[in-house]
Amino acid sequence: MRYVDEFRDPELIIKASEEIYRLADPDRHYRIMEVCGGHTHAIYRFGLKDILPSNIELIHGPGCPVCVLPMGRIDDGLTVATNFDVIFAAFGDMMRVPGTQGSPFEHKARGTDVRIVYSPADALQIARKNPEKHVMFFAIGFETTAPSTALTLMRAKSEGITNFSVFCNHVTIVPAIRAILDSPDMRLDAFIGPGHVSTVIGCRPYEWIARSEGKPVVTSGFEPLDLLQSLVMLLRQLRAGEARVENQYKRVVPWEGNRAALKAMAEIFQLRPYFEWRGLGFISQSALRIRDEYAEWDAEQRFPIPGTRVTDPKAAQCGEVLKGVLKPAQCKLFGKECTPEHPIGALMVSTEGSCAAYYNYEHRKAAMVTSISSVA
Amino acid sequence: MCLAIPGRIVGLVPGETHLGTVEVAGVRRKVDLGLLLEEMPVVGDWVLIHVGFAMTKISEQDALEQMHLLQMLGETEQAMQEVRGYGFEETGEQSSGNPQPN
Amino acid sequence: MRSVLQLRTPQSGNGDQHQFGGLNGKPAVKTVAASVRFRDPQIEMAHGAGGKASRRLIEGLFAPLLFNNTAAPLGDAARVEIDGSAVAMTTDSFVVKPLKFPGGSIGELAVNGTMNDLAVSGARGQAMLVTFVLEEGLPTSVLSDEVHAMAAAAERAGVTIVGGDTKVVERGKADGMYITTTGIGKFMAHVVIDPQSVRPGDKIILSGPIGDHGITILLARGELDLEADLSSDTRCVLPLIETMAEEAAPGIRWMRDPTRGGVATSLNELARDCGLGIVLSEEDIPMRNEVRGACELLGLDALHVANEGQFLAVVAPEYTDAAVNALSQTAGGEDACVIGEVRNEPSCAVLVTTRYGGSRIVDMLVGDPLPRIC
Repeated sequence: MRYVDEFRDPELIIKASEEIYRLADPDRHYRIMEVCGGHTHAIYRFGLKDILPSNIELIHGPGCPVCVLPMGRIDDGLTVATNFDVIFAAFGDMMRVPGTQGSPFEHKARGTDVRIVYSPADALQIARKNPEKHVMFFAIGFETTAPSTALTLMRAKSEGITNFSVFCNHVTIVPAIRAILDSPDMRLDAFIGPGHVSTVIGCRPYEWIARSEGKPVVTSGFEPLDLLQSLVMLLRQLRAGEARVENQYKRVVPWEGNRAALKAMAEIFQLRPYFEWRGLGFISQSALRIRDEYAEWDAEQRFPIPGTRVTDPKAAQCGEVLKGVLKPAQCKLFGKECTPEHPIGALMVSTEGSCAAYYNYEHRKAAMVTSISSVA
Repeated sequence: MCLAIPGRIVGLVPGETHLGTVEVAGVRRKVDLGLLLEEMPVVGDWVLIHVGFAMTKISEQDALEQMHLLQMLGETEQAMQEVRGYGFEETGEQSSGNPQPN
Repeated sequence: MRSVLQLRTPQSGNGDQHQFGGLNGKPAVKTVAASVRFRDPQIEMAHGAGGKASRRLIEGLFAPLLFNNTAAPLGDAARVEIDGSAVAMTTDSFVVKPLKFPGGSIGELAVNGTMNDLAVSGARGQAMLVTFVLEEGLPTSVLSDEVHAMAAAAERAGVTIVGGDTKVVERGKADGMYITTTGIGKFMAHVVIDPQSVRPGDKIILSGPIGDHGITILLARGELDLEADLSSDTRCVLPLIETMAEEAAPGIRWMRDPTRGGVATSLNELARDCGLGIVLSEEDIPMRNEVRGACELLGLDALHVANEGQFLAVVAPEYTDAAVNALSQTAGGEDACVIGEVRNEPSCAVLVTTRYGGSRIVDMLVGDPLPRIC
């Protein structure tokens, strides 16, 4: 696979890992946050921790749209779908995410019409094919995904498809990073910036992190060599005492982002004054709603939304894990009450959540290391 | 967040605006090209696909440059200096200067 | 995909061992598991997907109440002793949408699937019963095509269909048709399948590329709007297993066809049953380009994707070369290879390693594989 395989080349990976060992100061502990859940997933999937020095600690950031979605929003979406006999269309990622009355799959088992879609365009296609039914697309995602929802809504309007609406849960990444940096117990050295969000917003929105917070940011791709190269770039900056925004993922990310995508977003969405993030609480201007011009396609304006609020279970320490204060396995519920099959906390609900990624790919490996060292 | 994958445009769907067929390792899907209005891709171009939409055109030249940098990692100190001069300064400049409208 | 009750050896947990039977005729020890532990409020698709939920259902409800010593279940077929002679017995239901797909159809799948369950238990299928659940309104031509497909598959596999049953249900209730096949088979000489016999150092052999069936079905449903030149791998693997057994029978410790839940789920079951670790080498796992492409595009792990014409075998190291050579010289076994080995650690888990020294745990599948965007 072109543009994939070359960035998984084992020899180059080993070389890059050696370079990281050379650059990392053994007397220093590095705390580097990868903002994006896709990076978290890649780090575990490719087993990158195995080839990094132990004093480089990767902190998994808030960039998983499934994890940060409050349970009340899922309840609201499913309640509308069930009460108004609406087709509930969502990405596969949402299907096992629990609401207080169960996940979309559990609602499906009880009779709600739940469909998995790969694209918002596919949800619109279901509406075209079922003119007698209303189709509600339960939209999640950061700026990477929001433009595709925007374009789909524009198509719905231009074709006059009125049996289609969007329940919008799109969020924006920068306010979440700011919330994390504002947290008093947060200590970070640098950021691996989210590559795919940056295809839309570009690299400029991170400049304040370098300028006012003095922390380097490298916008990174998702293959092993991308992540390792980003670490090399961050370590070089840290070594030189610099803090700049760099673009490792130039083959894909234009420095200025994608103007057509930003334009489509601006036409359809406006910022909400505030939005609740699971594990982080309310963050101002951190989410998108559909503009009044598109009210007919806005599920929140078309249907009565219960506005359910569900407080996160007290025992789940998602916020601390999100901020890197605790490691997933240090949470009291991890692997006991809270597992990927029965997630309690936000970070266990999606394979990209740091707890689920750790649980799926790592935690028994950690047990293995312990048992080997205890033998030795 | 945001799973995205490179694919090659193998055809444009006739009669549909901004719809192309993209191939990923022998798997084909119709992909919306509406987010690339500023620089419409043509057949043979590589694009990054996310949820059925092309997000960006992949730059072959930047990919090659990146490979070059990666291959030079860990070479002699002199080569590393060269790498710095060649690649990373450039991005640094870009972050400070290179203002563009909008 | 295959569904409903599939007899599996109840898993050994972390400490307490529940064993209901074994191929080598060891007396089955029934311990604490007699209690019903299945607490899920309703049945969901995941309970039929072959992963963790299926296991919970079987171990928590079916096994404690239904399975007893005389009908000792094991991996993929039960060993039944009648007046001192043993036969292998298995059953499998087939619910697949669409009924026809590139490379096969439900009828062919129904014959091959049951033959394969017997084959990986070290048995040659001899006779088969077929039950049809037909939906009112099903065109006869569709049914007739499937019956033809079954007859042809049975002939290819060398099994006789000796009887069956037919039920018709109301329109809208059976996706056209469901088929259940029940097979009975004769054990091969010198082949003993027992996860307890697996030892560190044993090699894991895979018969060919993974994921063809699962991805083909996913694409054939048309919901994802994806196309690829890919077809199901459905076939009877008995000829391959027989060839392998001729050369390496004493070295074969365990076999399974990695259907629902894929290679990862089958090997996790093995790891838990034998209490050892399975370590796979990622680059050695054969996979077609299109399967890889679809998995990258949809965020799936090919190790979780279903197969219908492949099998996994654990073979003692001294017999590995003979087994692989025998397979690769047989038609359809050209891609057979060693994909990993059994080790002490990580106990009860499957670890995938890369050439650059990275590794990850691969767990059983939870529910069906779902396309993801993040």
